[in-house]
Amino acid sequence: MTALLLRELRLAATGGSALLPLLFFLLVATLFPFAVGPDAPLLARTGGGALWMAALLAALLPVDRLVEPDRASGVLDQLAVRGMPEELVALAKLIGHWLSFGPPLMLAALPAAALLKLPADLLLRLELGLLAGTPGLAALTLTVAALTAGLRTTGALAGFLMLPLAVPLLIFGAGMTEQGGSMGAAKLLAAVSLLLVAIAPFAAGAAIKAARD
Amino acid sequence: MSAPALLRMERLACLRGGRLLFEGLDLVLGAGEAALVTGPNGVGKSSLIRIAAGLLRASAGTVARGGAGALADEGLALDAKLPLGRALAFWARLDGADAAAAMDAMGLARLAAVPVRMLSTGQRKRAALARVIASGTPLWLLDEPANGLDTDGEQRLAAAMASHLAGGGAILAASHQPLGLESAKRVAL
Repeated sequence: MTALLLRELRLAATGGSALLPLLFFLLVATLFPFAVGPDAPLLARTGGGALWMAALLAALLPVDRLVEPDRASGVLDQLAVRGMPEELVALAKLIGHWLSFGPPLMLAALPAAALLKLPADLLLRLELGLLAGTPGLAALTLTVAALTAGLRTTGALAGFLMLPLAVPLLIFGAGMTEQGGSMGAAKLLAAVSLLLVAIAPFAAGAAIKAARD
Repeated sequence: MSAPALLRMERLACLRGGRLLFEGLDLVLGAGEAALVTGPNGVGKSSLIRIAAGLLRASAGTVARGGAGALADEGLALDAKLPLGRALAFWARLDGADAAAAMDAMGLARLAAVPVRMLSTGQRKRAALARVIASGTPLWLLDEPANGLDTDGEQRLAAAMASHLAGGGAILAASHQPLGLESAKRVAL
């Protein structure tokens, strides 16, 4: 399990899959003021939601690198032959993926918030929201990656599968960044995220098994 | 024979994509025994190997393995960017084994620092076989192990298989080539 986790982190670091969502997130934060104009109060009001949209779309990017290469090259088969449960493999992938996705995104939120002129208290709520919400996003990415592994064109299908399921994360995550927003949204965000994290290893494990037939 | 079989398959049938590939297949492999699966393309040789590895479910019949198995099929399962030595060491660590001796046995020792993506077809095959040798498991499941191997590679494979059988292991291999397994049971699909 530890060896698997270390391998996931190494693949994320060397394969560029950790950097891509990060750059995408920052790119959206840079482009958003160009689209709505440099009006600071407007940016502060809409910026939180825009950053959550960016996080959601950034989470889609690694979907074709998470499971498919390991399926195609036989790594998943070799692990199964060694008696490693698919659920455990999926859990290692989930932890490894979140570590290379969640914390970097939270770091990137700092310059992104500056670009959108978000006030300090709002930035704090955005960071807390990302801390609670990115595990759920990572879980969705992994599940969809496992479900679409082996298909020829995953891009559009992955979006259609994942984005509707991510709607609760988006609602409560963006809800946390509303001015005067209550902590109720935070609790619901954490609950949804926890649920997705709990389901993902089993759903992804079952999908990996089903892909063998 | 008193020792439990390393692989026991009884009344096995395999149905793939609505087509019956084989049925009523019985095979028992004990210590020191090998079986060579032969037959034309698409007849189910690889499926049989995957069923024996537990990766595919048989449509009917039972499969029992006496211990862990090691599989070498067309999937290389080595990280393309890593040097060969480290890529094999990843699996050797999972198996609680050491890959160095196996790399030596397959003539890969001087390629340890070469990234996996630079290896030729035959060298990749040797690497997959080295992983099986390093695993230290009693049952080897080899799908077309000699594909892409040169004469030296074939001789090394034959020597490795002979010493595995002599050490009480068992081998189930699917191949068009004789592989040097003259004493093996023949399974014609």
